[in-house]
Amino acid sequence: MELHGITKRFPGVVANHDIDIAVGRGTVHAIVGENGAGKSTLMKILYGMQKPDEGTIAVDGEQVAFSTPADAIARGIGMVHQHFMLADNLTVLENTTLGAEKLYGIGAKARAKIKEISDAYGLGVRPDAVVEDLGVADRQRVEILKVLYRGARTLILDEPTAVLVPQEVDALFANLRELKAEGLTVIFISHKLGEVLSVADDITVIRRGTTVASVKPADVTAKQLAELMVGAELPSPETRECTVTDTVMLAVDSLRLTAHDAESGPRAVLDDISLTIRKGEVLGLAGVEGNGQTELIEALIGLRAPDSGTIRLDGEDITSRPTRARREGGIGYIPEDRHRHGLLLESPLWENRILGHVGEAPNSKGFLLKPKAARADTERIVREYDVRTPGIDVTAASLSGGNQQKLIVGREMSHRPKFLIAAHPTRGVDVGAQAQIWDQIREARREGLAVLLISADLDELIGLSDTLRVMYRGRLVADADPASITSEELGSAMTGASSGRLESPDGQPSGGNPAADEVPAADKAPATSGAPAPGKDSATGDGDGGEEA
Amino acid sequence: MKKIDKERLILAVAAPVLAVAFAMLLSSAILLASGRNPVEPYALMVDYAVVNPDVQVLIVNRTTTYYLAALAVAVGFRMNLFNIGVDGQYRLAAMLSAAVGTAVPLPGALRMVVIVVTAMLVGAAWAGIAGILKTTRGVSEVVSTIMLNAIATSLIAYLLQPSLLGKRLEGSNDLTTGELPESAWLPGIPTSAPGSEIYGFIVVAVLLGIGYWFLLNRTRFGFDLRAAGASESAAAASGVNGRRMVLTSILLSGALAGLTGMPLLLGEAHEYNLAFPAGVGFTGITIALLGRNNPVGMAVGALLLAFLKVTSQTLDSNGYVKEIAEIMEGLIVIAVVVAYETVRRWGLRRQQQRVGEELARTHQASQDKVKKEVPV
Repeated sequence: MELHGITKRFPGVVANHDIDIAVGRGTVHAIVGENGAGKSTLMKILYGMQKPDEGTIAVDGEQVAFSTPADAIARGIGMVHQHFMLADNLTVLENTTLGAEKLYGIGAKARAKIKEISDAYGLGVRPDAVVEDLGVADRQRVEILKVLYRGARTLILDEPTAVLVPQEVDALFANLRELKAEGLTVIFISHKLGEVLSVADDITVIRRGTTVASVKPADVTAKQLAELMVGAELPSPETRECTVTDTVMLAVDSLRLTAHDAESGPRAVLDDISLTIRKGEVLGLAGVEGNGQTELIEALIGLRAPDSGTIRLDGEDITSRPTRARREGGIGYIPEDRHRHGLLLESPLWENRILGHVGEAPNSKGFLLKPKAARADTERIVREYDVRTPGIDVTAASLSGGNQQKLIVGREMSHRPKFLIAAHPTRGVDVGAQAQIWDQIREARREGLAVLLISADLDELIGLSDTLRVMYRGRLVADADPASITSEELGSAMTGASSGRLESPDGQPSGGNPAADEVPAADKAPATSGAPAPGKDSATGDGDGGEEA
Repeated sequence: MKKIDKERLILAVAAPVLAVAFAMLLSSAILLASGRNPVEPYALMVDYAVVNPDVQVLIVNRTTTYYLAALAVAVGFRMNLFNIGVDGQYRLAAMLSAAVGTAVPLPGALRMVVIVVTAMLVGAAWAGIAGILKTTRGVSEVVSTIMLNAIATSLIAYLLQPSLLGKRLEGSNDLTTGELPESAWLPGIPTSAPGSEIYGFIVVAVLLGIGYWFLLNRTRFGFDLRAAGASESAAAASGVNGRRMVLTSILLSGALAGLTGMPLLLGEAHEYNLAFPAGVGFTGITIALLGRNNPVGMAVGALLLAFLKVTSQTLDSNGYVKEIAEIMEGLIVIAVVVAYETVRRWGLRRQQQRVGEELARTHQASQDKVKKEVPV
């Protein structure tokens, strides 16, 4: 596939100009660039969602013009979106055949075809599994299968690793290599440079709407790639100055929560969780998604009532307080799903500024809202937190993900929380905004904020935390000192392979970390326990954290 | 920015206007298909209203009743609740409050207060059944309120038996609650049409419209209610107690529904009888949809629907069937729903695009500035 001189103008602005990309058949081609660099527009052009104003697209040497995604699919180009487009309550088979009933019907023939594709590329998809029972990585494989089922020979993957843990990323890359070996072409969009370097055959860097470089992964380092991408060095999430105090801000004691599934019966989703977070401490919680982190957050904010156990905030027992009392009592909340829990998408920004803090100044006085004051304060947040918006009356839905997140962070920080729940605070946020959010968390931490940090980005987790705990199947199974652990070691603990105190072989003593004492001497794990990744020394561990960010 | 706001306003007005125009067009098509004059009925209806001042009064009075029903529905809509039971709530409230009103020995004004309060309580209680079913057992309020409508009808018939609360008038089969003493009649606003008065309760309706706006847009409670309607999950995370909000808003909706019968009871009928129109609650749904839960929009919608209902009476005497107005009402509902959803999606997407463009433009402007400042 070849793109030549692609230019796309929106009234008054050029989104893409003079894009030149040549993608070879049977290769993995990565397109990297910051959010807002023009990757999305380019992908929309490739997938027929938008028409270029100038330039040509050629597939197999033949010039083509796509006016709808259907045209692109007819040409064998399929797209796997960042946000999965699956119906949760349907099976894999039903999801796959939906809209493509004409191809192989919806019965045995379709099932056989799914099996065939799944086996051919090692996707391991079960056609009769219900999507809601599948994990994120499985869902992604279903999305890939959907595209292959429709006959795609070229796959566009938009930020496919954003939702995966390292081991799942490896599995995905193995799938991609499999696809490549079968002669399929993969276009891979990402801003995680380490991953790009490991999987891509060719890399095209986009900056400010145009292609600035085409490189081979062997010829560049992550750092050089980063500089190409942003024109400056990448920020790192490192926080090495210690601000941890002795005052306990949040104390969770033997929290238990049981979920009742229709099929599997009662299942402990939170099993004897005990942890403390002190003023000025960031506690990082690592874990593969779906191991109880969501439930823990919801128990802390009051959306779920635990079966037993206590939660104390600043010495007060808040276990049975409602959500609003907790938020007004000083819990800040950056939710993991900002669209579902953090924003009213169709409401203007200034109303979103009120959300969650309706009873607090400056939003209201007594029972009455104070729209003027709330609006003025929204203007301030927009200014101070660099929310890119033409005004505060536009709906939250019209902002980009990064700017929505900045608004949420600004809102939560404006109420000077004592304890902040930060779930994936920089997910889907571009590099510049990421550094800014890290700075804000660091600054608040210096002033005594206690933070529970949950993130799928292990470098962020290691770089920002003072203490690390690993959650696996509803239990806190391991803990680690972020100063000495690598993301590989942490990743292995997240899959349940190791437990207890994680230390590097020449283990640096982890002074001043009493939290370790609370870890139950979890079930004796296999031999790998306690000594993952032999041969790594702790010094490179630190280095990695900085480079791969 | 101003441009975006202006566009939003134009869209908000254009959608219902287009929907109504579309509904008229379709109604004409139906008339044409049945071999009738496609325009004459409209002319007849307008003519009927323009020529007769008493018809105008009738329209205004009907508007008052409809408006209250629409407010009741709208309170539910804002919270994503479909209170389809306004009809049953209003009739049961009117009947019981009339019965209480005739029974209590109180001076006039006080008696009226008792009647109004009783009506609100009965409406709220009847709606509250659906609310409790929803919050405790998860029963959809759509289903339970519909069924409560039917139950209300039977209950009213039962209670109106002469052995219970009802009275049979001499020489008539109509059962009523008995006439209220004249001191409890709410005086109307006299008009130029002899013998026609505008219901005094219209003042209350206007005040309620203002109160509705204030409650939703200027109070903490209103914000929580709207948040819960816009996104249940986000509202819960913000600290709204979902169950309590469901119950509160359904009670509020029921109380407003209870008031729907008051203009007629206090201003004209002075008793509950079988003449209290059924279907007012459903008209309220149409109006709330048409007026997009906006207090001014609903007033316009109520006026339009009242106009259709009242003036369609003239069609019968001119050789057309008056049901044409009902067909039109139905078409309006469909057209409005389609138009709003389309406009909503389109508007949202368009705004996203515009914001993107505007940001890119300012970005580029600042870039250009930098370029100019740095001599090449």
